[in-house]
Amino acid sequence: MVATQQTAGDQTPMETPEDVPRTSRVKRVWGGLSVLFASKTAMVGLFIVAFWVFVALFAPILTPYTPFEQDWKAPNEGPSTSHILGTDELGRDIWSRLIYGARVVLVILPITENFWIPGGTAIWGVVVALVVGVFLGLLGGYHGGWLDEIVMRILDAMMAVPIILLFLIIMAALGQSALNVVIAMTIVGTPGIARLVRSLTLDIKTREYIRSAETRGESPWYIMFVEILPNARGPIIVDAMLRVGYAIFAMGTLGFLGLGLPPPSPDWGSMVAKGREFILAGSPWAALWPSVAIGTLVVGLNLFADGLREESMRYQ
Amino acid sequence: MSDSPEKDAHAPVIELENLAIAYETRKGDVLAVRNINFSVREGETMGLVGESGCGKSTIAFGIVNFLGPNGKIIDGSVRFQGQELVGRSEAELKKLRGDRIAMVYQDPMQALNPAVRLGEQLTEVLTHHTDMTEKQAWERSVEMLKRVYMPDAGDVMNRYPHQISGGQQQRVVIAMAMLNNPALLIMDEPTTALDVTVEAAVLDLIEDLKNDFNTANIFITHNLGVVARVSDHMCVMYAGELVERGTVEEIFKLPCHPYTRGLLASVPKLGESKIESILTPIRGRVPPPAKRPRDACVFAPRCDYATDDCVKEKPSLIPVSEGHVARCIYAEEIESRPRTSKRKPREALLQGHEETGEHESILDLENLKVYYPQESQSVASLFGLGEKKYVKAVDDVSLHLEKGRTLGVVGESGCGKSTLVKGLIGLEQVTDGDLEFMGFDINDTVSERDTRLIKEMQMVFQNPDSTLNPSYSVGKQIARPIRRFKTVPKDQVKGEVLKLLRAVRLSAPYYDRLPRQLSGGEKQRVGIARALASRPDLIICDEPVSALDVSVQAAVINLLLEIQQTFGSSMIFIAHDLSVVRFFSDDIAVMYLGQVVEVGPADAIYEPPYHPYTEALLSAVPIPDPEAEQKELRLSGNVPSALNPPSGCRFHTRCPRRKEMLPDGGEICKREVPPWQVSEKGHRIFCHIPLEELKKVDPVIHSKAA
Repeated sequence: MVATQQTAGDQTPMETPEDVPRTSRVKRVWGGLSVLFASKTAMVGLFIVAFWVFVALFAPILTPYTPFEQDWKAPNEGPSTSHILGTDELGRDIWSRLIYGARVVLVILPITENFWIPGGTAIWGVVVALVVGVFLGLLGGYHGGWLDEIVMRILDAMMAVPIILLFLIIMAALGQSALNVVIAMTIVGTPGIARLVRSLTLDIKTREYIRSAETRGESPWYIMFVEILPNARGPIIVDAMLRVGYAIFAMGTLGFLGLGLPPPSPDWGSMVAKGREFILAGSPWAALWPSVAIGTLVVGLNLFADGLREESMRYQ
Repeated sequence: MSDSPEKDAHAPVIELENLAIAYETRKGDVLAVRNINFSVREGETMGLVGESGCGKSTIAFGIVNFLGPNGKIIDGSVRFQGQELVGRSEAELKKLRGDRIAMVYQDPMQALNPAVRLGEQLTEVLTHHTDMTEKQAWERSVEMLKRVYMPDAGDVMNRYPHQISGGQQQRVVIAMAMLNNPALLIMDEPTTALDVTVEAAVLDLIEDLKNDFNTANIFITHNLGVVARVSDHMCVMYAGELVERGTVEEIFKLPCHPYTRGLLASVPKLGESKIESILTPIRGRVPPPAKRPRDACVFAPRCDYATDDCVKEKPSLIPVSEGHVARCIYAEEIESRPRTSKRKPREALLQGHEETGEHESILDLENLKVYYPQESQSVASLFGLGEKKYVKAVDDVSLHLEKGRTLGVVGESGCGKSTLVKGLIGLEQVTDGDLEFMGFDINDTVSERDTRLIKEMQMVFQNPDSTLNPSYSVGKQIARPIRRFKTVPKDQVKGEVLKLLRAVRLSAPYYDRLPRQLSGGEKQRVGIARALASRPDLIICDEPVSALDVSVQAAVINLLLEIQQTFGSSMIFIAHDLSVVRFFSDDIAVMYLGQVVEVGPADAIYEPPYHPYTEALLSAVPIPDPEAEQKELRLSGNVPSALNPPSGCRFHTRCPRRKEMLPDGGEICKREVPPWQVSEKGHRIFCHIPLEELKKVDPVIHSKAA
């Protein structure tokens, strides 16, 4: 089929688009962020989360102590000029333990003794769960049929084991380490993400642009990852953010039960557990401050996610 | 405009004076409609015509104060039976609504509560507003259902909405509206969601009720044909303003506002074809509410007659004749005014295809079947023992398409045209039959076909809002097929995309735009460019213009025509709008319940001999010409289920012609599958009635205009 010359004297004039000024990258990112700024909820959440990320990142310069320095002469003391938040039962500065504890959760993942990667356990737990969950969700949702059934049953199996039991099993089998916490988080987080992605996929695959891709004979992988996934990113991102909150909360619970990182790691949950014994004795600080930390961080993440979801739903 | 409280027999039931409605938004008040002036008397039907976004529904909601939390009437008055409605309290308006003002909406499924039986919904209207007892209300409801020609009225009262068809649901909604004998009935696009033949029956009903009940009626629609049928007077709306008002006959005969003229020129009238006539679209787009000028004519930027005077101040309604006004400073002389736009008017094709000896076939369907297996509910089927049931969506279809020609496929919902096309393009598995494309057998689904074949058959889809991926720019989406099928070398891809954009009349800046920045018509053009990108020999268009406004439809149809001429593509064009199909196609196939009942050259289909179904379809299409005489042949009953189609001729259960035109009263139609009767030039009719009898039938349409 050959395209011939256009007929001279074209009768129908060309359409020019409405004057939308060319947006540069910077402007577009700013535009995206402005959605954030429009929501007060998101701003409050962001502020809290940013605070914790900041203190975790700059921990070494924000305190003169290390989280392991013990001062036998000053256990369970309240806030004072030398220790802003007080000390725990071994005389360690609580503030230092808090911010170093935030590091492992949010900022750094130690894989071996001397090797670490950026992003904490909570972050990595959710990221890996995202990767696996998105893959399974897309596969089951787009393909349907027997493959969908298999995927759903795998997810069911993953959801069937209670999280604490799961952690116990993994810790017992693989040992207590940050990496294993990430593995456990992945198993816990994948089914929820997979289901979300699957239901988004089921909806998006009815659209005509997917039909159009199919009539072009595009491969299923192309359709899933290039055509469907970018249109599902909104809800997925919001969900992932919420999951980081859940992960932190879960780790707090596990640490409290003694299943978190081994001592002397500054694990917030185990700090609460240790400090619990001294509350009635008049030194609630060792239990109080880590609890506040967990609470604020989780609430901050939830607010952020909520605010994002509100704003993106506004135009539905 | 009488101010006396007693009801004057000829006083208007409703009067709108200088009505202005605005919506509150984050950026301030946005004016949706302004300067609305019209009145409706008892027994009159006022048609409110306009395209999407013109504000016609806003006016209706304004009258009954349904504007929502952010809508408000900011100026003017609405007088109902002499009493001012603006400024009334919620309680007072509530009393007025169900009792003396009633409203019928577009989608009956949304107007009826799916969880409540119809009887209860009907009686509720009565018991809420009057002090009838349940029993009395029930009897009155049954009476009303009979009045709207509902078969089995008593039984229907006990059914749920999903157990009756769309047309019947709309009748129930109309019955509900009429139960309290309202003084004013507002109908907001009541037939838009219905099939043509069902629509015709509902319009018949509306006319019927008009005569009996003497209700004042405001009828909102975008379909000029429907307005011509149902209304006495009409108001044309554009961008929130009333631009023309008058009787239906006058406006159709002599439209005085350039917008009205543009609308009428962009709609194909049944019987016209691309050979001898043209569609003239209105260029540009409707300005959004925030960008409408207060001191100039709102239509000026798109007007072919605009001059500098038009933007100096807002034109007022100028009387052209008795009762006919138009908001244009040139209204009285519009016929003789010269066009000021540089655009040359289009010329018709003026020549059909030459009859060459060689007819190269590009697509051949032989006994094509596409069945969907029906999920059986019985326990036996769990074990694989149950009887397998199939929805016979396409049952034994044979068609033939020649190179360079356009085949139109018409039919109502459920006839199988969409499934046929899906089977052609490979989105559905063909159950049986032969499918030959360019000499190759293509019984397989898309994933099994050769890439070289895939690229030669591409599709344009129906819904412009979902035809483009919202995450990618226009340029990327058009480039994808080019890259995939390697139509041009990598470095020339962008150039090719720009060329395609030019071919669909979109300028270069569209390359970087995202779909949400485009209008419906523009998105559809991008969809067409994308289909063209692989330079296919066959383009399948699945209702490409059904979801677009009337004036935009014309632009897209013209575009498809141009593409056909320039690229020489063959096309299959599916639509339910018979006027559009007639205009655009060379050959037409009419489908009913999975089968083709008539196929032939376009002009042959629209003249006798007709298949009885085609005759009924043509009799049902609303024609935008109040003077045209159209036959009123109506089909009874509903479309049978495709799970269990009728024996013999599938149409026999509803055929209006078989009893009178066959010697045995049409018994043969029940027993035997009809033969194909061949008329001239490849025109075939699938019917038992002999051709000579069919030829004697009167043509469906007589136009009074010479």
